[in-house]
Amino acid sequence: MIRLDRVAFRYPEKQVFSGLTLELPGRGAAALMAPSGYGKTTLLRLLAGLLQPDGGAIRGMEGRKCAFLFQEDRLLPWLTAEENVSLVSNAEAARHWLAQMEIPDGKAYPREMSGGMQRRAALARAMAFGGEVLLLDEPFKGLDEALRSRVARRIRGVFPLTVLAIHDPEEAALLDAQIIHLDAQ
Amino acid sequence: MNKYVRRGLVGLFWIGVWQLLAMAVKLPLLLPGPGDTLRALFRLAGTASFWQSTGMTLARVAAGYVCAVAVGVVLAAACHRFQWLEALLSPVRTVIRATPVTSFVILVLLWIARGRVPVFISFLMVLPIVWTGVQEALRAVDRDLMEMTRAYRFTRMQRLKYLYAPSVRPGFTAACMTGLGFAWKSGIAAEVIALPALSVGGNLYNTKVYLESADLFAWTLTVILLSMALEAALKAAMRGRREKP
Repeated sequence: MIRLDRVAFRYPEKQVFSGLTLELPGRGAAALMAPSGYGKTTLLRLLAGLLQPDGGAIRGMEGRKCAFLFQEDRLLPWLTAEENVSLVSNAEAARHWLAQMEIPDGKAYPREMSGGMQRRAALARAMAFGGEVLLLDEPFKGLDEALRSRVARRIRGVFPLTVLAIHDPEEAALLDAQIIHLDAQ
Repeated sequence: MNKYVRRGLVGLFWIGVWQLLAMAVKLPLLLPGPGDTLRALFRLAGTASFWQSTGMTLARVAAGYVCAVAVGVVLAAACHRFQWLEALLSPVRTVIRATPVTSFVILVLLWIARGRVPVFISFLMVLPIVWTGVQEALRAVDRDLMEMTRAYRFTRMQRLKYLYAPSVRPGFTAACMTGLGFAWKSGIAAEVIALPALSVGGNLYNTKVYLESADLFAWTLTVILLSMALEAALKAAMRGRREKP
């Protein structure tokens, strides 16, 4: 179980959370849903340890390795897809996950790839990185329906825990994720 | 039209303009023509001191330039990392930029041997260019990518190699290219004032003393040709190191 206890966080220009209390399952998949600007991305970054809360505590994430698929693909533009993925893992894992994500040409640079392919390359990187928690911020952005299902099938259950931020409840269903409405907390 | 042919034609046009002007002035002492200049250049090129002077000037400028690039990169990285250092050193950079080269040359002549003055002056003129260029490039490194390298636990070496070096490379290259011209010009200007033995600047000074206008043009042409060759060599070296974006 992961527990957020009265978590407060603010950016210099905006208070995002002021006393958020929330429980996430320790295993399986959880989908965070809330209107835009509510703080889903911030919450994922807090879970990953990329941000520190101003107040309160996050329990259950200590020492857990997180793989993070950001809202933006954040691929290094001067490296090929395969180099981007193998940089966080190894060549074999990179080739495996690029194939799983249906990227036929690992030698392509990000600018030579479509938006959907870049998304899948970023997802391949997260999968190849491994760990205990997979954090996905709008993972299916730019993917068509058929591709979403195939990609979801391949990533489902690979990590002990998957937490995703989404807008569409159907995306939660693809990963059998328990929906958590942040705005109801 | 092929770009080399076009460039050749442009060059020929301006040489023609130069020749016409020289013919109009009719005084080689005031304006030697292209023929006078080439004859002077061939005569000078036949002497050992021409090559020795050119070689020594090249060595002095190169020494100052290389030191400035190295120190500039270190200062940029240090000032980017430590804000207090940036606050402490930025007035120094401003002063170096604002002070005329000649003031520095005369001042430095009091402190160090005249042979080293051009080295120091080249160093001083290039330093703020590389320092600023690299520091600005460091400031512009994509913050999202920086966060990504933290999330994926890149080592310091991986960050340096795969994030910082490629991000900074365009700014660094531009600063190096700009700095090269400055190093060359300021180094020779320092030689003209400091008059070290065996130097292009010293020879330029002598042409003024002895009113040898054709030699002045020949030395100037040498400087221009060397500057162009160095720039082309640096461009080729930078292009060779650049990875596909």
